[in-house]
Amino acid sequence: MTCQETGLLMHALADGELDLTKSLEMEAHLRECQSCARAQKEIHGLSNLMKDSSLRFTPSPTFEKRLRSAVRRETKEKPTNAKWWRWSMAAASLAVVVLAAWAIVVILNRPSSDTLVAQEVVSSHVRSLMAQHLTDVPSSDQHTVKPWFDGKLDFSPPVKDLKEQGFELKGGRLDYIDSRPVAALVYQRRQHLINVFVWPAKSGSKSTAQASVSQGYNLIRWTNSGMEWWAISDLNLAELQQFAQLLQS
Amino acid sequence: MPEQSSSAVRFEAAVLPHLPAAYNLARWLVRNDQDAEDVVQEAYLRAFKFFGGYRGGESRTWLLTIVRNTCYSWLQRNRSRELTDSIDETHEDAIIDFGNPELRLVQSTDAQMVRAALTELPLEFREVMVMRELEELSYKEIAGIADLPIGTVMSRLARGRKRLHSLLATRMGIETKGGAA
Repeated sequence: MTCQETGLLMHALADGELDLTKSLEMEAHLRECQSCARAQKEIHGLSNLMKDSSLRFTPSPTFEKRLRSAVRRETKEKPTNAKWWRWSMAAASLAVVVLAAWAIVVILNRPSSDTLVAQEVVSSHVRSLMAQHLTDVPSSDQHTVKPWFDGKLDFSPPVKDLKEQGFELKGGRLDYIDSRPVAALVYQRRQHLINVFVWPAKSGSKSTAQASVSQGYNLIRWTNSGMEWWAISDLNLAELQQFAQLLQS
Repeated sequence: MPEQSSSAVRFEAAVLPHLPAAYNLARWLVRNDQDAEDVVQEAYLRAFKFFGGYRGGESRTWLLTIVRNTCYSWLQRNRSRELTDSIDETHEDAIIDFGNPELRLVQSTDAQMVRAALTELPLEFREVMVMRELEELSYKEIAGIADLPIGTVMSRLARGRKRLHSLLATRMGIETKGGAA
């Protein structure tokens, strides 16, 4: 290889763009030719100099913010107006919900724990609101609701009328939680529906009320008179606690 | 269901991380903060329109291609003179003028001077230099972004380096003289 041939290859070598054969040929030449070796060094020197000079410009945080919101605006305006698209999106999201519900059921087949039960309670609550299947026995009369469970469950759930305290009984239905059929009692406080799930407690021990929040719903659980109780609602916690107190008394 | 479609989410994930590279390239091409911001924003909005045509792969080079094109259209509209100063592709010695005693001083040149020299380079050289030296893109990537044959990328890079080198040498020569006077 001669100095005339090395011209552009000198740069390709410095940039690591030569294949092995050409690299070896070049390196052999650079060992013999001092002036080409110096030129190679200059190329490296220039590259390093550029890298060391902090030549990069960085976007300002305010610009980054502005750009993000411009992109957001643009991408939000864009969804096509075609109706079929909206419908397919709706269908897709419904499929996702169904799939999610199914996934939860699968997950809940694992050994039970309070968290798993809580998840089941939330799902049942959501399903009851979603599927137009809130009650099997719509009645505000405790003497209608309680006997309805006879023969459907192996226990008799306590049913209280709390209308005077502002919690109207809407009815009852059968549900299935913690691998067993349970009684679901539905109460209403203003616009808020409350699902109360009742089934015989495993231990028979009495435990005090525990409150938790799941997926935006307030949950209160307790055991009382041999029953496991779960109350769930989008009602605020204070009122739900008051409701739980009334059921326990 | 929020309006944000899944393609919008995919788009943000694919291109927002490359904002520093996009901004740096645009800033070097249009040579002004405000204009660079405008161009980058326009490029991002264009990128979203074309996003349907993006089939995975290197999202950085995909985005930089759009940024570069947007820069060129912007220059065409606002500073067309810069584009018409076309360079002579035919002949120029690509080998750096080694052996010049001043060149060794390049090592101590301060960053400001290097920045000024790079800013002065004609657009065709400046862009390949920025893509290679600052963004560390390969010849193939640069060829893709600038829509040039690899051979042209190579020769522009070589000549860009030579020009930058001699610009720096000249500046240093002036400085040295100024210092001596």
